Amino acid sequence: MMYDGSKILLGLVIFLIAVTFPFWFSWVNEKSGFVPEPKLPEGEESCVESAEYMKALHMDLLNQWRNAVVRDGRRVYVSSSGNRYEISLTGTCLGCHSNKAEFCDQCHDYVGANPFCWDCHVDTSVSRGEGK
Amino acid sequence: MDESKRGFLKIAGCSVLGVLGAAGMRTATDVGPGGKAVESSTTLSGKKWGMVVDSQRCLENEGCTACIEACHSTHNVPNIADPKEEVKWVWKESYEHTFPTQSHEYTKASLKEKPVLVLCNHCEDPPCVRVCPTQATWKREEDGLVMMDQHRCIGCRYCMVACPYGSRSFNWQDPRNALQGGINPEYPTRTKGVVEKCNFCAERLAKGQEPACVEACRKSAGAGALLFGDLEDPESEVSKLLSEKFSIQRKPGLGTKPQVYYLV
Amino acid sequence: MLEKALRGGRYYWTLIGFLSLAMFVGLLAYLFQMREGLTVTGLSRDVPWGFYIAQFTFLVGVAASAVMVVLPYYLHNHKSFGRLTVLGEFLAIAACGMCMLFVFVDMGQPTRVLNVMLHPTFNSLMFWDFLVLSGYLLLNVVISQVTFGAERKGVPPPRWIKPVIVLSIPWAVSIHTVTAFLYSGLEARAFWMTAILAPRFLASAFASGPSLLIILCLIVRRFTNFDPGREAIRTLSQIVTYALLINVFFVSVELFTGLYRRIHEHVEHFEYLFFGLEGKQALVPWMWTSQLFVLAALIVLLIPKLRKNDTILFVTCFAVVIAIWIEKGLGMVITGFIPSPLGRLTEYAPTPPELLISLGIYAFGALVLTVLYKIATSIREEIELG
Repeated sequence: MMYDGSKILLGLVIFLIAVTFPFWFSWVNEKSGFVPEPKLPEGEESCVESAEYMKALHMDLLNQWRNAVVRDGRRVYVSSSGNRYEISLTGTCLGCHSNKAEFCDQCHDYVGANPFCWDCHVDTSVSRGEGK
Repeated sequence: MDESKRGFLKIAGCSVLGVLGAAGMRTATDVGPGGKAVESSTTLSGKKWGMVVDSQRCLENEGCTACIEACHSTHNVPNIADPKEEVKWVWKESYEHTFPTQSHEYTKASLKEKPVLVLCNHCEDPPCVRVCPTQATWKREEDGLVMMDQHRCIGCRYCMVACPYGSRSFNWQDPRNALQGGINPEYPTRTKGVVEKCNFCAERLAKGQEPACVEACRKSAGAGALLFGDLEDPESEVSKLLSEKFSIQRKPGLGTKPQVYYLV
Repeated sequence: MLEKALRGGRYYWTLIGFLSLAMFVGLLAYLFQMREGLTVTGLSRDVPWGFYIAQFTFLVGVAASAVMVVLPYYLHNHKSFGRLTVLGEFLAIAACGMCMLFVFVDMGQPTRVLNVMLHPTFNSLMFWDFLVLSGYLLLNVVISQVTFGAERKGVPPPRWIKPVIVLSIPWAVSIHTVTAFLYSGLEARAFWMTAILAPRFLASAFASGPSLLIILCLIVRRFTNFDPGREAIRTLSQIVTYALLINVFFVSVELFTGLYRRIHEHVEHFEYLFFGLEGKQALVPWMWTSQLFVLAALIVLLIPKLRKNDTILFVTCFAVVIAIWIEKGLGMVITGFIPSPLGRLTEYAPTPPELLISLGIYAFGALVLTVLYKIATSIREEIELG
């Protein structure tokens, strides 16, 4: 058995620096304190479900929507309050949230989420020249 | 290896299997927090959709490409020049290549070269569905459409290898690079690395519209060369035509039972 | 055991360094393919599978061929194979790893590859292939670990391992059979739609796999103090002889069925393969080379005097491996697509990125094999020195 105390210590220090990288990096970085501000559509009262639900679980809803349309051919969503919506990312979601850059991307960029929805689904704000 | 290490590996292995198993068990129930997804009331319903191509009438307007243009612009099918990487949903193929079993050495030379409209046959026994390892392509039981789930496709291309009609296209590159002509926002594009094909306009049927190619053909000079309808309904236009006139299918000997019929 | 792989001479580390470099180049090429899509390959809508899937097919055969040392040793108590089995199992492990990587790099959407497990589809042969291949890898890891570990400690292996070993024998046959079914169940491709495909695959695998093992044994004997044994190599070369003869017989059976009756759909593929169609003949020189190598190898192998000369045997085994590699790794897969079901003659040749990625995967396999063989030979030397 060998006792390489100094080597072990050095290794531990490097490990700690690497693990805490996100914290001290954003602390040193000038953009610290940045809070995403998704811009909500004007003149709209509510989304398809409550804001709390959408904030936390919109991705689950979108996945379920996707399966309903693609796999089962069920294209209309009846919300918990009884309203009917066409299930469509570009049509219904972007219909209100018309600027993806100012809404979706705000939080997604902040948390480093990179959903591949837009590889195929059309971001109409770009084709209208409003997006980034 | 000492005992604790061995134990750890065992537990780790079992946990991985358990998590995978649990992920597989999760089933879809209601959608969202108490909502549900239902079928649109405008949906055209049929038990077995099929198409009839009147190739004589189509030939009367040989240069007409109304159906192809309508389909490809509706579905954002990219226009790629390199024939090796082409993406096609509906296109024209020579008679000889469309019906290899129905052409022989004395077939009129002019006929052999004549173009015939081809697309996915929406086979009753589709080889592509049989081989797909993820059910990304499957047969919709209620109306016989061979569907494609672009979200699930892993891009293995086994379906292309299995299709006897060359009806499937792979996105060798990002299709958006070849869509500068404009994108129809009503329909998604595809991403690189997935397979695509004609979907008999499932999205239009759900809105009560007939397929884009059929609609375009009706409005074009070749009016009526393409017909679409429910083959299980004896009163439908397609059923009547097939019972009255002589029609053929592509490679019937393979037993795939294509649902696109040709009047010749 | 792994610590044995961390101590080695200059040759060992040079080899490891060289293989790591090749893997790194392969990785870079793969990242390029990830970014651009499979457009960087020579594949096309008419030839959707090519070099990657062909290498996969060839290597499944190499993996399956471990059964040719396991079966005589464990079922027939063929003592001389005792020192060889672990080398065979390690070769199978490396080959399985390469198989999986070759399928992986062929995927258009590699990040979704676990969909195969998430949505198990029993009617898809690809699902079964995935299953039997991972099972076979697991079997070989467990068997080699347990038996070799016991040998190192000088104790007999635990009794429960025997049924596992017996299970691995039909399992080996199954991996290559399922791989053949991947092709032979397709009405769209007349060239593959033949009942002899699975037997052919097995015969050619049992010729090429043991040949590769002979090559490896001779290298091991040259560079280490571990000798797999003259007797074992003799027996292996007999296995290669029989398997190669059976393979030639199977190929001729297939040629007869297609050619005597001249079934058009079947014949035109063979015509393309051996003579070319409408001036397109990319595979013709390869196929004749392959045939020539098989013929030469058979002559040498059938003459015991020549077969028993190690140098001649080494070269002959090389010829067998290359011949089967051409037959399976180039001819078999690509020819199935030419002409296409729509009668088009689109040829295929792998591109530099495709070849670099493949090189990287082969380097990975060679690295795994080198490390495992290093462990095996070090421990054997240790045991023999007492």
